[in-house]
Amino acid sequence: MKPAAFDYVAPKSLDAAVAALAAANGDGKVLAGGQSLMPLLNFRMTRPAVVVDLMHIPGMSFIELRGDTVAIGAMTRHADLEFSKLIAAKLPVMTAAMRHVAHLAIRNKGTIGGSLSHADPAAELPMLAVFYGVTIKVQGPDGRRDIPAEDFFVSALTNCLDPEEIVFEIDVPVLTSHAGWAFEEVARRFGDFALASIAVSFEVIDRRIADARVAVMGVADTPRRLRDAEMALQGVQSGAEAAAGFAEVVRSCVSPESDIHVSAEYRKNLIGVLAEKAFTTAWMRAAGHAP
Amino acid sequence: MKMDIVVTVNGQKYSASVEPRLLLSDFIRDTIGLTGTHVGCEHGVCGACTVLVNGDSVRSCLTLAVRADGADIVTVEGLGTPDRLNEIQNQFHEKHGLQCGFCTPGMLMTAMDLLKKYPLSSDAEIREGLSGNLCRCTGYQNIVAAIRAAADLRNGSAP
Repeated sequence: MKPAAFDYVAPKSLDAAVAALAAANGDGKVLAGGQSLMPLLNFRMTRPAVVVDLMHIPGMSFIELRGDTVAIGAMTRHADLEFSKLIAAKLPVMTAAMRHVAHLAIRNKGTIGGSLSHADPAAELPMLAVFYGVTIKVQGPDGRRDIPAEDFFVSALTNCLDPEEIVFEIDVPVLTSHAGWAFEEVARRFGDFALASIAVSFEVIDRRIADARVAVMGVADTPRRLRDAEMALQGVQSGAEAAAGFAEVVRSCVSPESDIHVSAEYRKNLIGVLAEKAFTTAWMRAAGHAP
Repeated sequence: MKMDIVVTVNGQKYSASVEPRLLLSDFIRDTIGLTGTHVGCEHGVCGACTVLVNGDSVRSCLTLAVRADGADIVTVEGLGTPDRLNEIQNQFHEKHGLQCGFCTPGMLMTAMDLLKKYPLSSDAEIREGLSGNLCRCTGYQNIVAAIRAAADLRNGSAP
């Protein structure tokens, strides 16, 4: 057998799951879709005493529009997000990003709650969480609390949850007036973790950017929203110069590190190239010239 | 601690008592003896162990067998027989979409799901869809050609 032995519990309610985690005294692991946890178990990099499986808890998989918010159940699979018409209509950047999330067989099992909790700094869903400014709803032994995405990701593969807390819902605010948007990513192989990626969206009023949102990943130990770059876009008009200017601002906002794949210099250059491309695509969309 | 599960594989029901840590891939190969599903990397990178669970392609090495309790699974043995290949197998045969054959079961099961879910209107889209399946003979060209032909047939355009 690949994984080390563990006790397996599959509670039928969130309350029971939290209780099972608490009973494990910090030696429990939550199993959602298993697409990050199972490799770790197979390598025996993690050897929990108890695995708490969420798959039999009803009502944890849904995508619902509530006013200007899209509420997503934590056990909603990546493939459900990818093919959701509601997501495509309300959160187009998410739809564009979903095909970059690993491969179809992984997307058929992996969940949004699992991906956020795993907190990989080069994974799309944590980046989208920061980009949209989602609220992550969690339940623990002391009840429920809401965590803003930017507080949730602490460092690479580390979130702010207590060991007994479980993510049960993600509330995504819709960027209602943002007609211009783009998602760009480069990975070594399609579906691999990103070398660098950027999401951009903005509202255009009188041919000037009135409100902008910018987030990046792969260039720090957590995904990052770039407020300086958002500020720099205020009042900007379209054009090659503006796109190049935006690329420079984005480059100045990040200080990536070298790793086994590419150098820091390469990453920094790449994020600028992607920023320029994203800016141009977003403008074309805002002007009605792109799908 | 063992758990009793009942799993339907290729239309046949199998009951077994398994440890929770048993992977679905090992259940399929060792417990019920269907060795058509291949095990490569055992951590979700190579795609060789891909099977259909309730119609969706999944990595059987990244699934616990206990989670498949009650599920309907199709492995490569469930696609066709040597005398009666299914359409995708037939196209792999026609286009010589395999060399050593190790990756082939995973490629076929992935192709089944891709054909179900995507237009596959371009070769780029097929390659994108196959990016989670490794062929170390590097025979991708003919695998793409086989899926291209199957997609054209499905789309009603001549291959």
